[in-house]
Amino acid sequence: MTINEIQDEIISEFEFFDDWMDKYDYLIELGKNLPLIDEQYKDDDHLIKGCQSRVWLHADLANAHVDFTADSDAVITKGIIALLIRVLSGHTPEEIAHADLYFIDRIGLKEHLSPTRSNGLVSMVKQMKLYGLGLAAKKDA
Amino acid sequence: MSTTAIAEALQIDQVRADFPLLSREMRGHPLVFLDSAASSQKPRVVLETIDHYYRYQHANVHRGVYTLSQEATEAYETARAKVRRFLNAAHNREIIFVRGATEGINLVSSSFGRKYLKEGDEVLITAMEHHSNIVPWQMACEQSGAVLKVVPVNERGELQMDDFEQLLSERTKIVAVVHVSNTLGTINPVEEIIARAHKLDIPVLVDGSQAAPHLQVDVQALDADFYVFSGHKVFGPTGIGVLYGKEKWLHALPPYQGGGEMIETVTFEKTTYNELPHKFEAGTPNMAGAIGLGAALDYVERLGQAAIGRHEDELLAYATGLLEAIEGLRIIGTAERKASVISFLVEGTHPYDVGTLLDKQGIAVRTGHHCTQPLMDRYGIPGTIRASFALYNDRSDIDRFVAGLERALRMLR
Repeated sequence: MTINEIQDEIISEFEFFDDWMDKYDYLIELGKNLPLIDEQYKDDDHLIKGCQSRVWLHADLANAHVDFTADSDAVITKGIIALLIRVLSGHTPEEIAHADLYFIDRIGLKEHLSPTRSNGLVSMVKQMKLYGLGLAAKKDA
Repeated sequence: MSTTAIAEALQIDQVRADFPLLSREMRGHPLVFLDSAASSQKPRVVLETIDHYYRYQHANVHRGVYTLSQEATEAYETARAKVRRFLNAAHNREIIFVRGATEGINLVSSSFGRKYLKEGDEVLITAMEHHSNIVPWQMACEQSGAVLKVVPVNERGELQMDDFEQLLSERTKIVAVVHVSNTLGTINPVEEIIARAHKLDIPVLVDGSQAAPHLQVDVQALDADFYVFSGHKVFGPTGIGVLYGKEKWLHALPPYQGGGEMIETVTFEKTTYNELPHKFEAGTPNMAGAIGLGAALDYVERLGQAAIGRHEDELLAYATGLLEAIEGLRIIGTAERKASVISFLVEGTHPYDVGTLLDKQGIAVRTGHHCTQPLMDRYGIPGTIRASFALYNDRSDIDRFVAGLERALRMLR
């Protein structure tokens, strides 16, 4: 599936939720199930600092596709990370670098990606795209 | 029983009706606002005073010969007199209007530092200071070669007074201490701290940001050399605050900023400075802010600080009791004397998650390190959830908060 097809799939999944509680129950579930990042990457080099919660992110390039693993100390942040990974992981660096992430807004979680929220997610999306750009450049070199 | 001995209890419904914002709905629920330690809401009288000022009284102050300017000056100087009365300062000229507590501290650290701090000197602060009472002193120390010393805090969140005594020495040039901790709620024994420092002729700056909305402050009884607070935490507007300084210190310190208002005569060779308090108020001041603050302080006085204190103590005890009954909940800051702030953590949950789920239920609390990172390090925690109360909160706010918290915890655990 393309990045946009996955985004559309998530949007339709979230349409089932009537209220915020179901939505957050689901996010919390996703957060709890997120495969943890390999412990060796949970260091300061992989840390994306947020004032409120912390995020660790690692990227691997295999067969021209990027695999992301990540973790956070806050479970709602982790749930949103799980969605971002589902959307971006397994795609080429170019696709990641040029992705337009519209699903967060459409599923009503935009507030978590506001720069004032300071939970590390904005920087994480930036970092994911930078990995994409960096890996694309490396591949071309 | 005399009527003066026992102040009347707050008529809480009337008080709430004075604050228009409190009737807002948030995410389909009536708003429960428990973040007054960050900034308080404003009573109608403050809003009306500011509106009235701009409609009918506004002109630049202090220099106009025309009536309107004189009226604006009078309103501005009347606000100063209200602050003097609020703090029980000796003179109006000891009241400097600043942008907030942060600017007040920066003024003192900068002006005091330039004149009095040199290599090997020490500045003594405490482990529970807000960043605004740490960083300005670090900057003053960097510039002068002085050293920052820190009084530690015990597990309950109280200053270790034996260590304070030990750290005070002839090298100490100034002590800066928070009156009430914004994170822990601890009310510090500032009177004792000042008395001990004064034995060695060391001046003391008190950060009263959290004390002003909750306690009766008397700078003369405390014998504080400097006392700062922010208007927006005492139901006044943002962008206005107060630095109280003893006259002898304000005379001794060099000006902080240069500009209009603060001068007596200017030539390109030499400028002589204006009298107090204008020496420290360069530029056109925040007249509307000062006048709005005056209205806020009048409001507090009308309700009575004793009645406010009793109401908040009762809320604090009520909330503490309910929170302590929640399994795995740990209150950070259990000092014997506390003002209306409760910081806590719940085992197996992150403050960000709890705060987010409370917000979904229309309950506003603060999460994070509350601008006291060294204090969080002291406890080995990344942050807390903090509920803080003001005169307009009531038991129903606490009930909704606790019910919302229990619901959030059921989702998270």
